[in-house]
Amino acid sequence: MTRIFRRKCLALIILSLAVTLAGCATTTANLRPEVPAMHTIAEFSDDYDVIHAPDPWERFNRNMYRFNYNFDKYIFLPVVTGYEFITPTFVQTGVTNFFSNVGEFRTLYNSLFQAKFNKAIVTLGRFVTNTTIGIGGLFDPATSFGMERQREDFGQTLGVWGIGAGPYLVLPILGPNTVRSAGGFAVDAGIRMAVMTAIDPFENVDNGDAIEAGIFALEAIDMRHREKFRYYDSGHPFEYEIVRFISAKRLELDTMK
Amino acid sequence: MRHLKLLCVAVFILMPALCPAADEGYGYPVAGPYASTILGTPNQLKAELPAEIPMKRIVLDVIPDIQKPDVFFYDEGLKFTAVFQKQKAPLVFLIPGTGANDRAPRLLPIMKQLYKAGYHVIALPNPTHPNFIISGSQSHVPGDLAEDAADIYAALEKVMKEVKEDIEVSDFSIAGYSLGGTQAAFVAKLDEERKSFNFRRVLMINPAVSLHSSVSQIEALLDKIPGGPRKIRAFFNSIINKFTEFYRIGDFIGINDEFLYAVYKTHLLNQDEAGGLIALAFRISSAGMIFASDVMANGGYIVPKNRVLEKNDPLGDYFQVGVHLSFLQYFDEYFYPYFQKKRPGLTREALIETESLRSIEAYLKSSKKFGVMTNENDFILSRADLDYLRTLFGERTKVYPSGGHLGNLEYKENMAYIVDFFRFVEKQGGTTP
Repeated sequence: MTRIFRRKCLALIILSLAVTLAGCATTTANLRPEVPAMHTIAEFSDDYDVIHAPDPWERFNRNMYRFNYNFDKYIFLPVVTGYEFITPTFVQTGVTNFFSNVGEFRTLYNSLFQAKFNKAIVTLGRFVTNTTIGIGGLFDPATSFGMERQREDFGQTLGVWGIGAGPYLVLPILGPNTVRSAGGFAVDAGIRMAVMTAIDPFENVDNGDAIEAGIFALEAIDMRHREKFRYYDSGHPFEYEIVRFISAKRLELDTMK
Repeated sequence: MRHLKLLCVAVFILMPALCPAADEGYGYPVAGPYASTILGTPNQLKAELPAEIPMKRIVLDVIPDIQKPDVFFYDEGLKFTAVFQKQKAPLVFLIPGTGANDRAPRLLPIMKQLYKAGYHVIALPNPTHPNFIISGSQSHVPGDLAEDAADIYAALEKVMKEVKEDIEVSDFSIAGYSLGGTQAAFVAKLDEERKSFNFRRVLMINPAVSLHSSVSQIEALLDKIPGGPRKIRAFFNSIINKFTEFYRIGDFIGINDEFLYAVYKTHLLNQDEAGGLIALAFRISSAGMIFASDVMANGGYIVPKNRVLEKNDPLGDYFQVGVHLSFLQYFDEYFYPYFQKKRPGLTREALIETESLRSIEAYLKSSKKFGVMTNENDFILSRADLDYLRTLFGERTKVYPSGGHLGNLEYKENMAYIVDFFRFVEKQGGTTP
């Protein structure tokens, strides 16, 4: 069951990649000779790189950015729209709270790695409160008690440890990152996998694997449901450049707190 | 990506209440035109609006057989955003400002407010937005009020044809803000001949009187940054560094409203810096506009003539060129030559005069359906422009004492004025509200 589900996911991803990459190969022949533009970059070489973040892998990143647009358009967003249509709003909020509560664990150990003990205490307080009074994390009473949600991940931990951000990197589905934040994401995912394997909450349940896959899918849907950003929706021809700057800046600011 | 929008706002944040407190009787709290424009209205003073409304996206091929180059692969037609009542209701069309689309942050509150008050609402991008330039414009060269109005009119006719089975409309009105307000006047004038809608009310919110004059006012803000307009990189970086440092040393848990308020309270940026940021934001819009037009019209202005741009081509250099060109350069080097070719003998001064409310003032003076709301300290209007609006529209002009350019739009009193304006039904001897 899980295997079939995974294969289906994989097939869809490959299909969207193919859709994205097709067309790169076909270059329209330009029949008319080019005429230089009235204004070129040479004219502004003394004031270059406004609103700019370095991007040595730009071709790859642009491809991924476009892949994400297509993946959203043909797969992700239709699923999310269906989810939003069939589930009542309070259920959606409950799902969001539940996964946020699970995510407190990541913030907790990363706060400890960075010796941010205040954050660790607040996060632990949130986890205990929301898991008990908040009925297994479906509600978020902790915020109304003044315990605001903190956010730490292993990418930020690496930053605090003095590891440089590395080049800008657009990941499939996950979107704008740096090498450091992408590596951090992988480590957090690995830690989570290890913990899940150790606890194995569905050990004695029939179709445990299928349930786990369903939970993973629901988490992905919830993640996209929460994220209002839509690729190319600004319609601005330089959206890629502007998003790159803002993403890089945001990741930099995140490591400061 | 969660903080993307907030960061955008933060980047364009400012400051200082150097001016005296707002006039008595009008409770909008932010003094100073640039601070108002960047900060908008504090949450607790905004009109109460529904969190969500049932908006839908309508994407239409309004101009058949447009050849779109691969670099605009994501553009699938002109985008409209609509929200409909279940029962028969009046409809308001909305036009946003320069470079804004059908989901612009300033547009959504107006849409929600009118929906709440019982109207159907349909919004479309401004003709200076790349989506409109690519998919809605006959010439792909934006900025001519009459031509842009004709494109808008055709788009509105098309979208009404598309939705006519879904809704019942009792009558039509139109509103626009900033450049969109000025364009609304020209669309209304066209409607007097074509009569597809017979607009009942036309509201111009913080409109420009003359495009050239307003753009000159905005561009002049960059003269006040250190080193002038050719040093925008150093200026932008210095603002970002200030902002980053403030965030680093302060006790903040994220880029949120609290942080933005603190930035404002501490006067982190001075007036000139705030003004410069507004002008730079305008340049970012105009860079997109110039690029889209140049590619679509094969104008050879910043993209080599006949160059074929592919889906994945890096565009950073064009972006850099675009943000360094002033809108006035666009006017003199691209826009004016284009129209000179079309209308032999056209002088630059005559073209400037054409792109102004003055060119249709006889109509505007005579029509009762118009209303204008703007602010005493809206920096896109010169003193003469504001006086002109007052003379032209008389008691149909509502001027608030503060708010800068659109900063007070979401303030309760302003939103109430908008609703009242459209509720007004002309009776015998009736006057505007």
